[in-house]
Amino acid sequence: MPPRELAVQDLQVGYGERTIIDGLELAIPSGEITCIVGPNACGKSTLLRSMSRLLRPKTGQVLLDGKDIHRMQPKALAKMLGLLPQNPIAPEGITVADLVGRGRQPHQGLFARWSKDDDAAVAEALEVTNTVELADRPVDELSGGQRQRVWIAMALAQGTETLLLDEPTTFLDVSHQLDVLDLLTDLNRQRGTTVVMVLHDLNLAARYSDHLIALRDGSIRAQGKPEEILTAQVVLEVFGLHCQVIADPSTLKPLILPAGRHHMLEHAGL
Amino acid sequence: MNTSTPQATTQAAAHALTTSTGERAALINQLRVARGQRARQRRIIIAILSLMVLAVAIASLCLGQTNYSPAQVWQVILGHKVPGASFTVGTLRLPRTAIALVAGLSFGLAGVSFQTLLRNPLASPDVIGISTGASAAAAFAIVILSLSGTVVSVFAIVAGLFIATLIYLLSYKGGAAGTRLILVGIGVAAMLESLISWVLTQAGQWDLQEATRWLTGSLNGSTWAETLPALIALGILGPLLLSQTRYLDSLQMGDDTAAALGTRVERTRILVIMAAVGLISFATAATGPIAFVAFLSGPIASRLIGARGSKLIPAALIGALLVLVADFAGQYLLGTRFPVGVITGVLGAPYLVYLIIRTNRAGGSL
Repeated sequence: MPPRELAVQDLQVGYGERTIIDGLELAIPSGEITCIVGPNACGKSTLLRSMSRLLRPKTGQVLLDGKDIHRMQPKALAKMLGLLPQNPIAPEGITVADLVGRGRQPHQGLFARWSKDDDAAVAEALEVTNTVELADRPVDELSGGQRQRVWIAMALAQGTETLLLDEPTTFLDVSHQLDVLDLLTDLNRQRGTTVVMVLHDLNLAARYSDHLIALRDGSIRAQGKPEEILTAQVVLEVFGLHCQVIADPSTLKPLILPAGRHHMLEHAGL
Repeated sequence: MNTSTPQATTQAAAHALTTSTGERAALINQLRVARGQRARQRRIIIAILSLMVLAVAIASLCLGQTNYSPAQVWQVILGHKVPGASFTVGTLRLPRTAIALVAGLSFGLAGVSFQTLLRNPLASPDVIGISTGASAAAAFAIVILSLSGTVVSVFAIVAGLFIATLIYLLSYKGGAAGTRLILVGIGVAAMLESLISWVLTQAGQWDLQEATRWLTGSLNGSTWAETLPALIALGILGPLLLSQTRYLDSLQMGDDTAAALGTRVERTRILVIMAAVGLISFATAATGPIAFVAFLSGPIASRLIGARGSKLIPAALIGALLVLVADFAGQYLLGTRFPVGVITGVLGAPYLVYLIIRTNRAGGSL
């Protein structure tokens, strides 16, 4: 399978009268990890939602392999483009294996029986996300980190080449945040899955993305490799935050050291 | 182990690889077995429920003030003339049992569909005013306009759809929110109940039987003419709802997740609401709003089925069982005759109180 091309053309989108994004152009690099960052209410979730058909654009279009996703059959799109929303709800009492199996919906007909492919896809998704030993447990009983792995497993069972995630690390403690991002990186490196996610944490985004998009007021202020675009100037422009940017000694990726009103040394020069 | 040579390491690596494929196959098999087991358990529960419905239906045909044998009842069903039984069973009990069955299945199916769609056990059509709307319209058509038959059902379904739309619009604020919809629905239900009371005071003569039917639901004096529209509605709308099972289940995970899995969220929602309102309205036009059957069936089915699959069919069967048993108990077991809705109301009200207390304790706003 060649990687899918996801692109946004002249996108205008909003809720009711309010326009959030106006005239946005974007091409998501295939086979890479793209992170979208920006301050609250900058339109990052809105952008992700319109790229996955949850929001209908007022004008412009979202193209997958050159085809408008709003003109595609929902089921056909769901086989190519996966999405993990911010707050998915696990049905009461459902087991991990069953929830992951729900990801097979686009591959099954209205009354079609469960196929061998479905079982294989679920098994693989459980293995990749390291949730095999949880398979028979109810999702309600899992910890936040385990639950997020299970949701990612469901999105994987869907078998799409492109995966969009809306803040996959919210509500997780630091070690589980890294855990989830490492897992997504494995997916990208081993299977070539194109990953696009909205992230809150600028430093994690800088470390884990191949391509970084900084959004403010619904338009792209900077995009490119994190080490090329993430400067103190860009952070100030996008987040209104004074900071120092250094190379993370353990990864050499950019590391943001934000300035506050307290605890700052005079020679810091901020 | 300590004397591992390079050769042994290679073998170990090769071995690890084969066990990995073997492990995959074992895992696939384990998943298949677990899924098969859950599906089998669900089928067994459905089979047992079906047998119970059948047994209670047969009992309600055979037993009563005069008892008849199943053989005699069968003769009547086949259309043979059996002295005594032809009237008691053929004219009185058969339509009554039939409408109990049809209404129970309809209420159970519609109730669980609403509860699943709105992700809240309180969001049952008999709690949020849809049954009350259908009942008020049916009462109005019969008592004030002196109509009968299918026209009454049409009144009921139009009112049911109107009330459903009204509640939806009144609670709509950037997407319909569950709790607001339920509160608005309870308010609308209260208004409609006072409308029913008014209609009943306008009746030429105060007919207690008629009154209980439109207030709590009753099967007294059921005829085939009333049963037939509800039966046809169940025959068409029941399969339509069942065909949406997978999409309805996907909506439990939230609209966004469902859409990401290829569900047409709005279309599914409208289809399910229309079909469920249709089922409720046709059944209500025949029996009145039999209290809490729609409300109770889903949660009971949920307890029985757990996470073993869809609850639609089990909930429908439990609805039928509730109506049949409650009607039988109301007629023969309590000394005085009670209409079916009084019995189901006594069962349902404590559960409603329990649910509200539980959500309050859990910190929910309702």
